[in-house]
Amino acid sequence: MKTHDAASTLPLKEKSVSKKVFQSNWFWGYIMIAPTMIGLLIFYLWPIVQTIYFSFTTWGAFGNFSWVGFDNFNKLFHDPTTLGAFRNTLVFTVCTVPIGIFLSILVAVLLNNRIKGLTVYRTLFFLPVVTMPAAIAMVWRWLYNGDYGLINQVLAAFHIKGPDWTTDPHIALISVIIVAIWSGIGYNMVIFLSGLQGIPATYYEAAMIDGAGPITRFFKVTLPLLSPVIFFVSIMSLIGALQVFDLILMMIGSTNNAIESSETLVYLFYHDAFVLNEKGYGAAIAVILLIFILIVTAIQMKLQKKWVHYD
Amino acid sequence: MKKLAFILVAIALFAFSFGCSSSSTGSSASSNQKVTLRYGIWDKNQKPALLTIADDFHKKNPNITVKIEVTPPADNAYWTKLETAAQGGSLPDLFWMNGPNSIKYESNGILMPLDDLVKNKSVDPKNYPSSLVDLYTYNKTLYGVPKDFDTIALWYNKKLFDDAKVPYPTSSWTWADIQNAAQRVTNKSKGIYGIAAPLYNQEGFYNTIYQNDGSVISADGKTSGYDQPATIEGLKFWTDFIQKGYSPTQAQMTDNTAESLFESGKVAMIYSGSWMAIEYAQNEYTKDKVDLTVLPEGKKRAVMIHGLANVISAKTKYPEQAKKFLAYLGSKDAALVQAKTGTVIPAFNGTQQAWVDSNKQYNLQSYIDELQYSIPLPHSKDTAKWWDDETTILKKAWSGDIPVDQAAQQLAKVMNQDLAAEK
Repeated sequence: MKTHDAASTLPLKEKSVSKKVFQSNWFWGYIMIAPTMIGLLIFYLWPIVQTIYFSFTTWGAFGNFSWVGFDNFNKLFHDPTTLGAFRNTLVFTVCTVPIGIFLSILVAVLLNNRIKGLTVYRTLFFLPVVTMPAAIAMVWRWLYNGDYGLINQVLAAFHIKGPDWTTDPHIALISVIIVAIWSGIGYNMVIFLSGLQGIPATYYEAAMIDGAGPITRFFKVTLPLLSPVIFFVSIMSLIGALQVFDLILMMIGSTNNAIESSETLVYLFYHDAFVLNEKGYGAAIAVILLIFILIVTAIQMKLQKKWVHYD
Repeated sequence: MKKLAFILVAIALFAFSFGCSSSSTGSSASSNQKVTLRYGIWDKNQKPALLTIADDFHKKNPNITVKIEVTPPADNAYWTKLETAAQGGSLPDLFWMNGPNSIKYESNGILMPLDDLVKNKSVDPKNYPSSLVDLYTYNKTLYGVPKDFDTIALWYNKKLFDDAKVPYPTSSWTWADIQNAAQRVTNKSKGIYGIAAPLYNQEGFYNTIYQNDGSVISADGKTSGYDQPATIEGLKFWTDFIQKGYSPTQAQMTDNTAESLFESGKVAMIYSGSWMAIEYAQNEYTKDKVDLTVLPEGKKRAVMIHGLANVISAKTKYPEQAKKFLAYLGSKDAALVQAKTGTVIPAFNGTQQAWVDSNKQYNLQSYIDELQYSIPLPHSKDTAKWWDDETTILKKAWSGDIPVDQAAQQLAKVMNQDLAAEK
């Protein structure tokens, strides 16, 4: 409570205890953050506690449940569907995060130059971020349509038979990954842009005087100074990728033959908890995912000391 | 101390205003009060007719306004939302119920019993087909007022039949006739398929299973019928069309629904429920190119019948107003509005002719003719579970990944486990 010191330096002689409390900085500090804190407690922390509790229960219709101990977790680790979903989630994450970050940096660096129509380009890249994921999924479903989609029509013009993008079990997940990367570039780009603009020009001038070319400057100046931003983006996009759901539901769906090879943990959670009404089993899936995300994020926090430069 | 006083006054004012607003919503009993009823449905095609009914009702009862909320049925969204709302206490005041979900909602006290409506004659069960009244009666108590019913018929594209010089389907067709016609109308080079064989139970394989003397679920609702050879033949009826190339593949029908392929002239025949008539009549392409007849005969004639009911949430804040609107929804006037707009076949006895006449260019009488051999949609207490099994397992047979009989045996096993787990 460092802020307390400021309050205690005030003259205290004839003040009552309640007056002291009301005039102290820490009290008003708590009042100011109270709306957010209360929201966080009610809408985030309490549901997490409940989910962990529910993962040890089994549910009947309309909210009747009973305690079953570790049954859900036992079933979960022996269920090929869950293991498949876990594998799909990993593939999705490993593909979208590095490629997404790489492309976002590339776009950000290119758009950090003074080129004609800069705002137009920046807006274009940012548009997917302000579009509803459901709308994105529907538009891409049309593009991907096996017989009548634009992509396969264009391919047909070159006499190439395009694949069934969203219904072929071998390709469906890749199709979703492409959309996920495309729709994520804009958001990351904006964060990288602000990072790039925070790098003082003097570093570049010094590097140029030392004879560094554009590529050397990028690797020796830009990347190290951008590393705190890269670290932030990688943590956020990793968590986002492990929780992917809407694109799978909207683009693939339960009647699709490719769903087994593209369903993710959160999709499975939705299907078990809300379609089959196995809310206890769904909660167990969510708990496993929570633990996994905690571990991965902890590892990232540890590793950052090796590559993130704070100046 | 000024600050403290200010804060206390602010808190008191806040609590006071809060208390006032909650007490005003609490007193709901008076019938002169202006109320808005929420009415949950899933079919956007039926919204205009129901809006008309709601407006008529509002004119007679100026204090009651009805707001219609549409949740599309795709991927089970309507039922997912409804169940979550039931748990969270935010159900619409009135909503649609269907056969597969009826027992689950009735047995858990989610729906309001309608005995007093029957007693004071504002709803008379004799006005509706008895099979539908039975469907919504649980422990001798009526929980829903039948709204409409639907059967399945064979729709065909006259232009594609003319192009292939094949005579149109007739009411005397058998399985052999439709198989033969599907082959002759199929035109690979033009991308025309004879028939659509989507993975549909109510519109599709349930009909052919019962036409072949098979069954989906035993009469006592305890065992699956999917391991019977007759049932498996009913499934093969469909997969054969895909395998021989007379129907689009399962993948194609995932990208584009069977109905949209029929509506764009890529498919010559499709089994469709009576609720699709209005969509085909409004579609630019199908409105004057298609017609329908009864389903072809297998070992015997059979067709799925199912009907929706309007129900009231047991926890509605406005029970009197909701009952009033429910009785109006079940009235002859409301049935005629729905019939004339051609949306669905109303359940109110004697109003069906108006529906048949709603789109005279089609032989809609076929749907009514099938009533005599109609079979209620199979269901149990937790139908959603084994409907999901059907999709998960049978889609592999539809795509040709595993043989039909193997998929059916697998399905019978899983479905039996699910039925055993029902309490």
